[in-house]
Amino acid sequence: MIYRLFTALLCTTLTSGILPAGAGEGEWSGYVSSEYRAFLYKPADRRQHGNNLSLAAQPEYYREWDDGRQNFTFVPFLRWDQNDSERSHVDIRELTWLKAADDWELRVGIRKLFWGVTESQHLVDIINQTDLVEAADGEEKFGQPMLNLALIRDWGTLDLFILPYFRERSFPGVDGRLRFGLPIDTDNARYESSRQERNIDYAVRWESVIGDSDMGLSYFNGTSREPRFEIRHDGQALLPVYDLIEQWGLDLQATLGDWLWKAEIIRRSGQLEPYIALTTGFEYTFVGIMESAVDLGILSEVLYDERGDNAPAPFTDDILLGARLILNDEQSSELLFGIIVDIDDPGHLLILESSRRLGSAWKITLEARAFLNIPGNDLLTGIRDDDYLQLALARYF
Amino acid sequence: MRKTKIGKLSAVNIALPGLRAACLFLILLPIVAQAETPQEKGLAIAQEADRRDSGWQNQTASLKMVLRNRHGQESVRQIRNKALEVDGDGDKSLNIFDNPRDIKGTAFLSYTHALKPDEQWLYLPALKRVKRISSNNKSGPFMGSEFAYEDFTSQEVEKYRYQYIRDETLDGRDTFVIERYPVYKHSGYTRLLTWLDKEMHQPLKVEFYDRKKSLLKTLTLAGYQQYLGQYWRPNQMRMVNHQTKKSTDLYWADYHLKTGLSTRDFDRNSLKRAR
Repeated sequence: MIYRLFTALLCTTLTSGILPAGAGEGEWSGYVSSEYRAFLYKPADRRQHGNNLSLAAQPEYYREWDDGRQNFTFVPFLRWDQNDSERSHVDIRELTWLKAADDWELRVGIRKLFWGVTESQHLVDIINQTDLVEAADGEEKFGQPMLNLALIRDWGTLDLFILPYFRERSFPGVDGRLRFGLPIDTDNARYESSRQERNIDYAVRWESVIGDSDMGLSYFNGTSREPRFEIRHDGQALLPVYDLIEQWGLDLQATLGDWLWKAEIIRRSGQLEPYIALTTGFEYTFVGIMESAVDLGILSEVLYDERGDNAPAPFTDDILLGARLILNDEQSSELLFGIIVDIDDPGHLLILESSRRLGSAWKITLEARAFLNIPGNDLLTGIRDDDYLQLALARYF
Repeated sequence: MRKTKIGKLSAVNIALPGLRAACLFLILLPIVAQAETPQEKGLAIAQEADRRDSGWQNQTASLKMVLRNRHGQESVRQIRNKALEVDGDGDKSLNIFDNPRDIKGTAFLSYTHALKPDEQWLYLPALKRVKRISSNNKSGPFMGSEFAYEDFTSQEVEKYRYQYIRDETLDGRDTFVIERYPVYKHSGYTRLLTWLDKEMHQPLKVEFYDRKKSLLKTLTLAGYQQYLGQYWRPNQMRMVNHQTKKSTDLYWADYHLKTGLSTRDFDRNSLKRAR
């Protein structure tokens, strides 16, 4: 309710107040997409669906004025899903006003942003909540209401954030695939903060480029975007629990020749025992293999979480091995293959992602996931029968 | 030694001389003529071309890129280009893609250097992510085109060793023909045979020879216009790859020089704001 009010207020302010009349032409762009997901096996829980069709749209309105020093962006998102009502949803990804001056930038509204450098998981990236029904790998995010002031100096950029409203994580419903063994009861989330989702969170981040290194140091104080879970009293569902946490994050990338060396480290306290988690690794690119235009990148990352098997996180002692093929052709064809191996048990995850432009406005994407030898006590055990192949076609405008 | 730059062949920063050109040229001619060795004469020509294209400070332009495969099928990219002249170093540039639509808003920030690897960042708008990318190898294709990154960045004088070959008339224009040999060890070329217009001190044609010393590509530049009474910029650049039979045409428009851009318009923050 508060969230809707905030949004409505912002809409009104931006469209009537700040946006000067006749200030440059507004511009619409965006995409509509359809995806079909074929599952290789019957679901673990017979309530879960089989093959699935889904449609999505993400239009984007953009308008700038004041010689580009001010702009307004509005990006709604809509998803319809054939079987999972939790996956059919609407969100405002962005609704922001930006003012850029010589040594500062101010942003007010709902926004998405990204912190970090690694590929396999994004420990440091904490501002936006994960829209898990969108993508099981956690790469899709909800818009986050914020006030953000960036101070741009010789020693780097200092970003200050006030985050007045919390977004709950989305989870597949009872009917949905790619969920835990027990469904998540998102209507009964628990909060440590007495203000619940209205707790005012804040964050600070410094980032800079020093020679070959791009680095960031961040601090977050507020409601954890990543919940832990408690079993509901009837034992039929899990309740998400959102604790108040403090999190320090450090991300670093050294770009040395054809090597990229990457590391992300966090220290989180407030969610049961304090802990440290780490992702670190490299990417090496063979440019123009076999005298062609094709680039081949190989990457490897170590994923570590001090909490081990007790963590509500899937990768606590794992290794990613991957290969990225970039064809550098007119259609921007790309292929990524990866395997995440659990060091402590036989479980591993296979990842395939591939995309190619068709003509000038269409894009086709093929994605596959396979979950192999997942033990019964693993957090991912609920998805052991959810291997899938997904074909998506998007039209951009 | 003072670092100087040669006229930019580059799409991004095409450079060159002015009109004072004609007069300057007459004054300079004896000096060039006195140069004793072909190497000295080649270097002198490059330095003069650089001198004439210095001082443009910054520039914006729009760029249409037409990629053609061996069957003649076309695909088009629309790019907005911003460039910043940097004294004593390679230029900075920011390229923002408007088309194709699936990469709309993708932005590419580059700090070029003569002999060191460039520094490059890519902004991916769907992920809101800035990625520093490896730029050791400058010979890879730029956005699937026949232009390599090294063709697309500013052409500093010290990027090459030079040799004057001959004078030649090319399509009715008097040119110096010089050879340039890349100094950067990861260059994809062994030499660039360059036809430099004597009046503009701008390239009209370049032949690129690959690491096996065979002819790889030919670049032709046309439709030069002069801006601010000094700086020449081409409207068209065509790159033909003789080995793959593919080609890329660049159509430049809306050049604005000395527009007041600063280093602040070429940092990671501006990359995130790019549209």
